Amino acid sequence: MNHVSMARRVTAHAQWELKLLIRNGEQLLLTFVIPVVLLLALGFTKLSTQSIDAAVPTVFAVSILATCFTSLAIGTGFERRSGALRFLGTTPLSRLDLVFGKLIATGLLTLSSIIAVAITGTFLDWRPSASGLALALIVGVLSATVWVSWALVIAGYFRAEAVLAIANGLFLVLMIFGGVVIATSRMPNLLAHMVDLLPSAAMANGLRDALQLNSVPVFAVIVLAVWALIGIWMAKRVFRWEP
Amino acid sequence: MGSHALAYAQTVAAVEIRDLVVRYGSLTAVDGLSFEAPAGCITALLGPNGAGKSSTIEVACGLRPATSGQVRLLGRDPQDPVVRAQLGVMLQTGGLFPTARPLEWLTYLAKLYPNPADPADLLDAVGIDPGLRTQTRRLSGGEQQRVKLAAALLPQPQILFLDEPTAGLDALARRNLLDLLRKQRDLGKAIVLTTHVLPDVEDLADSIWVMSDGRIIMQGTLAELTGSSQAISFTGPMHLAIAGLMQALPEGYVASETQPGKYVVTGNPTPQVMATIASWCAQHGVMVSELGVGSRTLEQLLIETSKEGNR
Repeated sequence: MNHVSMARRVTAHAQWELKLLIRNGEQLLLTFVIPVVLLLALGFTKLSTQSIDAAVPTVFAVSILATCFTSLAIGTGFERRSGALRFLGTTPLSRLDLVFGKLIATGLLTLSSIIAVAITGTFLDWRPSASGLALALIVGVLSATVWVSWALVIAGYFRAEAVLAIANGLFLVLMIFGGVVIATSRMPNLLAHMVDLLPSAAMANGLRDALQLNSVPVFAVIVLAVWALIGIWMAKRVFRWEP
Repeated sequence: MGSHALAYAQTVAAVEIRDLVVRYGSLTAVDGLSFEAPAGCITALLGPNGAGKSSTIEVACGLRPATSGQVRLLGRDPQDPVVRAQLGVMLQTGGLFPTARPLEWLTYLAKLYPNPADPADLLDAVGIDPGLRTQTRRLSGGEQQRVKLAAALLPQPQILFLDEPTAGLDALARRNLLDLLRKQRDLGKAIVLTTHVLPDVEDLADSIWVMSDGRIIMQGTLAELTGSSQAISFTGPMHLAIAGLMQALPEGYVASETQPGKYVVTGNPTPQVMATIASWCAQHGVMVSELGVGSRTLEQLLIETSKEGNR
């Protein structure tokens, strides 16, 4: 055998990423504790007018955005600064292997987070349909692909300190104004049409359509697919191993 | 070096670089460089800071694209997965995962290669306890170097690129590392070494390539580079007014202070020149010792070439 297959390289890298993510206490807080606490707060208090059916998809969206984008971008930015990624650039691990490895590890962690939120939701009388869950899974996988690829674009291009600022800033902006917490259906028409084209809005609307209305979120899926393709292409093109 | 010199003549180049140009915007870091490193030899790539050594190595390792020119490793493109599986690299900066422990870092890397060495055995060989639970960021500089060397040797590669491998090592660890590299050479590996520690080069290198301003300006064995011309050297007080001595010497002679209080005059060492030096020192009340003729050291050679390059 002259070299290890791509499937084995990606698996090895995904296992490595998962190991490091699980070991990181802050990561676990962001991935599991905050989303569950957020849902409990929405479920047990009257702070929100949202029903639990609306609250769960929103918390799913926040969880995906936090884990697949903000947390991943910051982590990768600092890996790059340390020179670890530069060294990996000399190994058989290709840029695409790295993207897929991170996508799988972060996807699995996000899935665990979503399961934790879903279990919490069922205690609060959340009862989704099986078809709605299947549709939400498609939206979730596409969303994770979008956020992972764009996290790598930012982490692989900017300095670690800039990545920290950009990833946190975008998280807040997208969460509040990007159609996640405030649905685009509650925005003025013109603004809503523009925000609908953002991946954050497509993700949140897609999850709501799937889980609340049990309908196929065609537009959201198309928007997410386009962002995912551009993100993967960009990550492959601009990602730099060097600090 | 005997058997290695023979091997050097007989083996094919594992690393072949032809007319390499690397530009960063308007800055040309590597300017039409051609270089080769055969299997079974340690090849040193030397030169002052900014000569283009790191850019050359980065292109050869596949970390950076060439602006133009050709790089072939084992006869293939450096990005070829088969080649990358046969490449061991020790970078000057980077090479460790800060929050990982040495064994788990190497165990992960081993999964990327088709025929890796045993990570625990390798750590043991470089003097790191495989059971060490300290994160690599908390290791001493010397320990980090040793883990980086283990990572470079892990693929059991055909080609090893080593950038400043002995930096930060104590005397014993340095000697062990040099022994390890000799063993790798004897196993038929092509080793490309860049370093500023010239005694390492004198100890190890079968072939030396000297770079300046992005080009190769000299190439040969240590004996070829340093033995072909003689130099006069002497010891005296530090920081003598060398410019005055240069004026006293015939045209074509170059005087330099290679280390504080150590002086070298290059050019044909005639009795007249020896007398001129002694006379100039006497006129200036300078007490000299160890005035004599000998082969140039590698350090003297590099200082001269960098001075000539700056003129």
